[in-house]
Amino acid sequence: MKLKNTDALIALKVQNRILLETRRVTNPVTTKNARGMERHVLVCGGPGCHSSGSPGIAKLLEEELTRQGLSEQVKVIQPGCFGFCEKGPMIEIHPDNTTYCNVSADDVATIVNEHFIQGNQVEGLLFMDPNTKKRFSSDLPFYDGQLKIALRNVGYIAPEDILEYIAADGYQALAKVLSMNPTSVIKEIKNSGLRGRGGGGFPTGLKWELTRKSEAKQRYIICNADEGDPGAFMDRSILEGDPHSVLEGMLIAGSAIGSNHGFIYVRAEYPAAIHRLQVAIIQAQEYGLLGKGILGSDFCFDIELKYGAGAFVCGEETSLIHSIEGARGEPSVKPPYPAQKGLWGKPTCVNNVETFANVPPIILKGAEWFAGIGTEKSKGTKVFALAGKVRNVGLVEVPMGTTLRQIISNMGGGIQHDKAFKAAQTGGPSGGCIPTKYLDTPIDYESLAAIGSMMGSGGLIVLDEDDCMVNIAKFYLEFTVDESCGRCTACRVGTKRLHEILTKITEGKGTEDDLDKLEILGKIIKDTSLCGLGQTAPNPILSTLEYFRDEYLAHVVDKTCPAKVCKSLLKYYITDKCKGCTLCTKHCPANCITGTAKERHVIDEERCLKCGACMEHCRVAGAIIHN
Amino acid sequence: MCDNISIDDRYHRLDNYIDSLTYKKENLIGILHYAQELFGYLPDDLQWHIAQKLDIPSAKVYGVVSFYSFFTMKPRGKHVINICMGTACFVRGAEKLQAELEKQLGIKTGQTTKDNLFSLDSLRCIGACGLAPVMMIDGKVYGRLHDPEEIRQVLAEYRPNGMLDARGVILETRTSDPEPTRCDI
Repeated sequence: MKLKNTDALIALKVQNRILLETRRVTNPVTTKNARGMERHVLVCGGPGCHSSGSPGIAKLLEEELTRQGLSEQVKVIQPGCFGFCEKGPMIEIHPDNTTYCNVSADDVATIVNEHFIQGNQVEGLLFMDPNTKKRFSSDLPFYDGQLKIALRNVGYIAPEDILEYIAADGYQALAKVLSMNPTSVIKEIKNSGLRGRGGGGFPTGLKWELTRKSEAKQRYIICNADEGDPGAFMDRSILEGDPHSVLEGMLIAGSAIGSNHGFIYVRAEYPAAIHRLQVAIIQAQEYGLLGKGILGSDFCFDIELKYGAGAFVCGEETSLIHSIEGARGEPSVKPPYPAQKGLWGKPTCVNNVETFANVPPIILKGAEWFAGIGTEKSKGTKVFALAGKVRNVGLVEVPMGTTLRQIISNMGGGIQHDKAFKAAQTGGPSGGCIPTKYLDTPIDYESLAAIGSMMGSGGLIVLDEDDCMVNIAKFYLEFTVDESCGRCTACRVGTKRLHEILTKITEGKGTEDDLDKLEILGKIIKDTSLCGLGQTAPNPILSTLEYFRDEYLAHVVDKTCPAKVCKSLLKYYITDKCKGCTLCTKHCPANCITGTAKERHVIDEERCLKCGACMEHCRVAGAIIHN
Repeated sequence: MCDNISIDDRYHRLDNYIDSLTYKKENLIGILHYAQELFGYLPDDLQWHIAQKLDIPSAKVYGVVSFYSFFTMKPRGKHVINICMGTACFVRGAEKLQAELEKQLGIKTGQTTKDNLFSLDSLRCIGACGLAPVMMIDGKVYGRLHDPEEIRQVLAEYRPNGMLDARGVILETRTSDPEPTRCDI
């Protein structure tokens, strides 16, 4: 089955084009006319939909279609994430290009009968815009403004079938590269302007060039699949939905840099991604796209999987390298950079999953095409994991330069429950919070850094009026304290002290002096930490102090929490709506409520533990409130 | 975790695995993953055994085990519950989910129930943010958990028939027996 040369690859692609012909047709037919034609039903296999039962729905669809004698005509496929996680489980039917949302097992019989047999769309399962109440069977507004490059195949092809990847132009870029001079390949990537998508934003072409320039008999390629930012699932979706794109990206890098061994370091918390990668590697080996003499050339490349074990710091490239070497994931001082001296002392190029996924299209369509998308210094697109208090939680890929407002309002559908937007958090624990006044900032590496945040790996958490910014800063510090490797004092001790001060503030024991301490200490930690984790750990505090100082002042001066989150700062009291039923006295763990039957009760503020049990159990609306 | 094989057999399997590797020392983390899968946790004597086999100091093995949060030196319960405390889940109520689980199980995060049925832990982001707040039981993901009753029902799926929950309430059984059997915890 090994492909002997490029011609064999092209022949295989042409032969298998038929696998994808029914999907993404240029002129979709109507549902009525589609009856009798070959149909494809794509059932979203993204992490959210998968956990909501989409494999079960796919199975039920297959069974029902068989029962109705339609199994020959209708093929059920489970590709990767469609991106619109809020509306999952989702299915897409082709060639009539119909999308159904929030599909449950109970809907299967109706779908088969109504849609496939009768030829009518099932109204109730079509997406409905919450504002206009308009129903959409295709071209959902969520996808307006998106441009899928890294996610081009995710949600489109079956990830465990290499033939579908090949039919979608898979490995054509590799074939092209094998006939090019390695320096030309590197030049192409440099000209495209592709920058590291893991958060660092370092020019990829330059990294490849530097690694190639380092004299050595052995060089290594590492794919950083240790997506540790909480709230980020971009890389997971690429690994699960289009694993071959990552393998192809690594092969191209290997050919350009002069390496024949690659590692994918994937976190242990992603068992599905690990499985997909294992399948993809075996298939690529079967077709001779990995191993010796690839496509008849003298290029040899092997890829090995390495597993993380739950350490966020291993996302930092030197820590990752130490982890592959079997040691504690502690970072080392740079320089020397991995491109000079990395894994086992050899020149090593570490790139992120999304970065690799962008490489094949750049080779096929050209650097100029890629550089034509985005802003002056940030080319191409970026995948964001939109989560938090937005209506539409999901995965979006947008050209650089798209504004935060466009992502949050258009694709995100605005804030849930019509609450007021407060801040957007980008860059995970290394990033900052962006307030309303900067919502029109075009997203690119430089502009986000200029407002005190960073691009990061793509996590974009939306916060509303019910979120306390001091508590959010404390949450991030809790994370950083846990994940600090402990090697340098600045980070190990510094982040702990920052966390202690924040805890003090949220418990109502903070002072204005503490705010100054946070700032000074934060800046010291940034300047003196050994690696990126420590250097960026204070960012959530420094950015919230800058944009939400009022909230901090309320905590330390007025001893209140404006968002009503910090329990110790809430003052509970009983209003005149109280009917004196004495129910609250029975649930109060501090016995601090007094009152006789049928008389308004009173809470002793001094002894109150602020647990909220009284309010939780009170049956009279408005009788017990907190400020 | 493999329940039905003897300790000796487990050591045997572990040794075979280590012997099959070309590079042993560098694969310490992979070996620890395999060992934890076999034994459920990584106690001192197992770490010592691995150190001997790889010809490295046992302090090095301990250093690696204690560094990575995936590895545990304490035995876990039959079912491991992991609450996702990633930012997306945090913002959509993960702390409330945690409080409710602690209440229903009668233990704190990081502990195991007295009957060894459940261990409760937290981890950082499993990438199912579309379903926040999320918990994972033995690798299976449950999302959008706001309702205490729903949480109780999910836990009930893992309890053998007729067991008491933390509050001493007999749960509904799944057999057609009219009288539930009480287990001594």
